Amino acid sequence: MVDVGTPVLQAPTAEGSKDQHMVLNMGPQHPSTHGVLRLVLEIDGEIVVRLYPEVGYLHTGIEKTCESKFYQQVVPLTDRVDYLGPLANNLCYCLAVEKLLGLEIPERAVWIRVLLTELTRINSHLIWLGTHAMDIGALTVFLYTFREREEILRIFEAVSGQRMMTSYFRIGGLAMEPPLDLFDRIQAFITTFPEKIDEYSNLLTGNPIFRSRLLDVGHLSPEDAIALAVTGPTLRGSGVDFDLRRDMPYSGYEKFQFKVPVSNRCDCWGRYEVRLEEMRESVKIIQQALDGMPGGPVKADAPKIILPDREKMKTQMEALIHHFKIVTEGFNVPAGEVYQAIESGHGEMGYYVVSDGTAKPYRVHMRYPGFASLQALETMCQGRMLADVVAVIGSIDIVLGEIDR
Amino acid sequence: MAEAPQETLAGKQSVLEKMPDHPAIRAMLAWGVENLTGALFDRGELTLTVPSEKIAEALTAIKDAGFNAFVDMTAVDWLPSEPRFQLTYHVLSHAYKQRVRIKAWVSEADAAIESVTSVFPGANFYEREVFDLFGIRFEGHPNLRRIMMPDGWVGHPLRKDYPVEGYR
Repeated sequence: MVDVGTPVLQAPTAEGSKDQHMVLNMGPQHPSTHGVLRLVLEIDGEIVVRLYPEVGYLHTGIEKTCESKFYQQVVPLTDRVDYLGPLANNLCYCLAVEKLLGLEIPERAVWIRVLLTELTRINSHLIWLGTHAMDIGALTVFLYTFREREEILRIFEAVSGQRMMTSYFRIGGLAMEPPLDLFDRIQAFITTFPEKIDEYSNLLTGNPIFRSRLLDVGHLSPEDAIALAVTGPTLRGSGVDFDLRRDMPYSGYEKFQFKVPVSNRCDCWGRYEVRLEEMRESVKIIQQALDGMPGGPVKADAPKIILPDREKMKTQMEALIHHFKIVTEGFNVPAGEVYQAIESGHGEMGYYVVSDGTAKPYRVHMRYPGFASLQALETMCQGRMLADVVAVIGSIDIVLGEIDR
Repeated sequence: MAEAPQETLAGKQSVLEKMPDHPAIRAMLAWGVENLTGALFDRGELTLTVPSEKIAEALTAIKDAGFNAFVDMTAVDWLPSEPRFQLTYHVLSHAYKQRVRIKAWVSEADAAIESVTSVFPGANFYEREVFDLFGIRFEGHPNLRRIMMPDGWVGHPLRKDYPVEGYR
């Protein structure tokens, strides 16, 4: 191991600042840091002077683990990164590897992917809304959002057998054909869901406490947002009209009609408005996907990459050989590198996959939106009250699993 | 996966000849194409390689050409080849709706490169992550310390000679 010298330690201290500044530690065990985020705050009375996010408490070295697995074995690992939007992780990784392989995915698989990814977005936004409102003091909303989230998790369970760690999207398509009543269940859910969004909105939008805690709090100008690599609803809440689903479509999103909500408020309220509207737009996309759902297979025709059906594996010699080969040796992926980005519930999620031509990825780098959003935290909190920090953390919608990886 | 497979353009000459209208290529031509050490257009993604000492200059040129949003940076350890580390910067243009990948190589003996935080402040955490996990120093970084691993950690986990499991 080559020593690159001692890291330049600039531990946050009150040194150099005025005596009246106090250093306050917030987290890593704190209910409103949404996981194990530690913030070191330098405060002057109740005003935040500086803020240092300390991350890494959930660091599992998942990128290193990926390097020792076959390509298909990485899919279940990706669920655990942004654990509130599991299918979005699966989608991003699968798209990246499919791009490396140059694999065509059947239409039906593409549509089901879009359908379930939008449900994942609603799931992610529901958790954000419930916990964000709870941080502010509106405890009731949490119970309502988790009621709807429960139904989404049941749909995920029906599809993949798992509520959260789904691994339903596989390289080359889907794990299996979804159950027969799935589309009816999703239809029943989205028929009633817009009313539920109105219900949340009734509880929060007119609530004077909620309003005064969010309005003009956590200001982030569009220039700062872009400079600090902020993406997703946080960026759109700052008035930048950019959504990867519309502007750089992937996985068949160009076939769907939807609006991209943008708010010019540049504060926590703007981000609240954007996410609430995004849920309504997701419902529209799901409706279009249900209406136009094509038939056909859900797996690409690539026997050397995709596991054969159980039935075939038990009866056909060739399928058995393919099955054995894929499980024991994996499949080789042509050398090269790709960066595939998707719009997840939190922002731009990207997988940078480097292949050296073998069956294991040479390097998998995961770009997650929360890591970048955290850089903007200091800008948003500086010069504001200490209590606003909690509102701002809620409004950027971070998941520590995706930040620490 | 609906888009038609595009041809691969390997090498600086063919990329410069076939894609003169790409905004990133135009930016490189204006900045000084002799600085470009390599170019590749593969699977619909453009990769430009620049010398490591010119990385901040190259990113400034790219930024001025409309690639306004820094998205991601990371490193790849190509042990045992030399130079060992490949640094990859992904930059996005909101206006052109296009991405470009800028690459630079640094050797193991002198694992250091100029920080690009002056060009893209958003690179701050990403450079700290690469410093932490690969042990590459970033000259001029405002706060270069470990981000994922504890401050007193020995070694850099994402290097290829670092074990995946077991005790160190």
